[in-house]
Amino acid sequence: MANYGVSRRTLLKAGAAGLASTALPLGAMRSAQAADVILGAVYVGPRDDFGWNQAHAVAMDILKGVPNVEVIEEENVPETDAVAKSMESMINLDGANLILATSFGYYNPFVVDLAKKYPDVQFRHAAPLWNADTDPKNAGSYFCYLNQAHYVDGVAAGLSTTTNKIGFVAAKPIPTVLSNINSVLLGARSVNPEATVQVIFTGEWSMPVREAEAANALADAGCDVLTCHVDGPKVVIETAEARGVKSCGHNASQAPLAPKGFITGAEYKWETIYTMYADLLAAGEELPNFVAGGYHNDMVRNTPYGAGATPEAIKAADAAIEALKAEEPIYVGPLKDNKGNVVIDKTYDNYDPTLDGMNYLLEGVSGSIT
Amino acid sequence: MSDGILATILISMLGGAIRVSTPFMFVALGETLTEKSGRINLGLEGNLVLGAMVAYAVSYHTGNPWLGVLAAGVSGVFLGSMHGLICSLPRVNDIAVGIAMMSFGTGVAFFFGKPYIQPSAPRLEALPLGGWSDNAGLRQALDINPLFFVGILVALVMWWAFANSRWGLIVRMTGDSEPAARAMGVQPYQVRIASTAIGGFLAGVGGAFLSLSYPGSWNEGLSSGQGLMAVALVIFARWNPLRCIVAALLFGAAGAIGPALQSVGISQGYYFFNAAPYILTLFIMIASARSSSSAREAPGELSITK
Repeated sequence: MANYGVSRRTLLKAGAAGLASTALPLGAMRSAQAADVILGAVYVGPRDDFGWNQAHAVAMDILKGVPNVEVIEEENVPETDAVAKSMESMINLDGANLILATSFGYYNPFVVDLAKKYPDVQFRHAAPLWNADTDPKNAGSYFCYLNQAHYVDGVAAGLSTTTNKIGFVAAKPIPTVLSNINSVLLGARSVNPEATVQVIFTGEWSMPVREAEAANALADAGCDVLTCHVDGPKVVIETAEARGVKSCGHNASQAPLAPKGFITGAEYKWETIYTMYADLLAAGEELPNFVAGGYHNDMVRNTPYGAGATPEAIKAADAAIEALKAEEPIYVGPLKDNKGNVVIDKTYDNYDPTLDGMNYLLEGVSGSIT
Repeated sequence: MSDGILATILISMLGGAIRVSTPFMFVALGETLTEKSGRINLGLEGNLVLGAMVAYAVSYHTGNPWLGVLAAGVSGVFLGSMHGLICSLPRVNDIAVGIAMMSFGTGVAFFFGKPYIQPSAPRLEALPLGGWSDNAGLRQALDINPLFFVGILVALVMWWAFANSRWGLIVRMTGDSEPAARAMGVQPYQVRIASTAIGGFLAGVGGAFLSLSYPGSWNEGLSSGQGLMAVALVIFARWNPLRCIVAALLFGAAGAIGPALQSVGISQGYYFFNAAPYILTLFIMIASARSSSSAREAPGELSITK
């Protein structure tokens, strides 16, 4: 009788070979190729949150199709030491040589420190925080000025509201969020001088119960259009629809969530930047340190109009989009904050770095950042 | 402060109490039952999250949200009996197992919950009880989900049963003195496994409320620690089901203070107001723990009081 049994030694050998092949995913073969890029992307929430992270993840899928580029992703990474650990393990264990850190709080100190520690690895962070004078040259920023799309939201909301009160559920009072709030106000005021914006800060990027409470409180206070800047706008848009008020979206398309009251929404087009990165990587060229854009270079868009948009609102919003494509300014000075101080002395270009440090709410916004 | 503003805040707090309290109520009631039998199950956060996911998934696939509520309860029984069985092994610490079950429950929910973040599932219909009022805010506050009343009913039944029924007596006896239970011919482990399983069921139903009623969608940040807070509320409610209701309502009302104040223009210091529920819990805990009666009310077999 033939012996079909496997000796212990053969089994161990086979097992060891199997383990080795999974534990070291072709590391040796990879390092031999010159144009090889291993990209590590870190997200603060789930990849499919109907919002910020989904906008990034959808665009990241485009990079997965580029030859010689491998994408490693990690989701639900908090803005703490955890992100430093995640990025370091991507560098040391997976051999990542380009890190895309997609949440605001990742940058300082985590990205900056790691960029100093690993000078051969490139770091890019999704907020306009990179400073050419002080920050490492292997770090950088990329950013889409979503406030331009929120300005268009404001124009459409200003002509869709009857109470002249627009409610805004905001996460944290950082410049990007404040700029979106102020842009909604300026957009609404450009077509409806009576319009005001009421803001509620939840204090967290994702806190569904408090977001729902905030949306309800705004509806109770008489706001008949709600919009938001939180990571996953699903709860706010659904609560608005359930309360019978109109809504404007944020980050990704939420139009299907509010078939009756959706007006339009501000969306990122990260794919414009990621495709540019992919092309440069495929060609073996260096990535720029700072990339930013808005309507004029196809980096933001507005969600197609929903049933909540009035015909005048659609007409005015389309006109506003054309104006932004022609780089007409949003912040036409002088402007006062809601405490009465002049905070914007003159008219600024939409990409002026002065505006990136915004720490005020304009006159017409009721709310406080502290 | 004008009357209008005060009324708006009070209506918001009333609405918040009713909307936010239900999951706290169910988890706290489940934990009360488990602790009355002499075990602590810290893992109910896991039941809550898994219940929310299962309820949403079942409601999405079957189109019937009540079936989702039932499935959430069954998932809670699964986690609860797992906790009960593991803790019945010799020299196992129930608190440590609870923390493991919390990670396990949330992990399983996140793993299987990925495909359900995007779709919209049918939600539980609320009962419009505020039709008599002209105030839109009050009408909204009185759109009450049936599960809220189910929770109050469960609390009343538990309160009555602990005092007056044979089953209630057996659970309390097991929780107060294992030797006494053995002397009466009761198997303490069986009672505890059953209590933990039923407690798990209630916590799962609480999760169903989160995903099917308020805020009414499934995503990974949905619970944000509510299950843990509810376990703390049990100590604050001193193992009394009726006080669990009061505690949950208070906690819900306190949670509504932050957004309500900002909506009427009182916006300075919102971080402080958003922390109101936690500060409130802390103070009430300190106040209630100081009374000597609270020590008497704690079940004698709990590993923290032994």
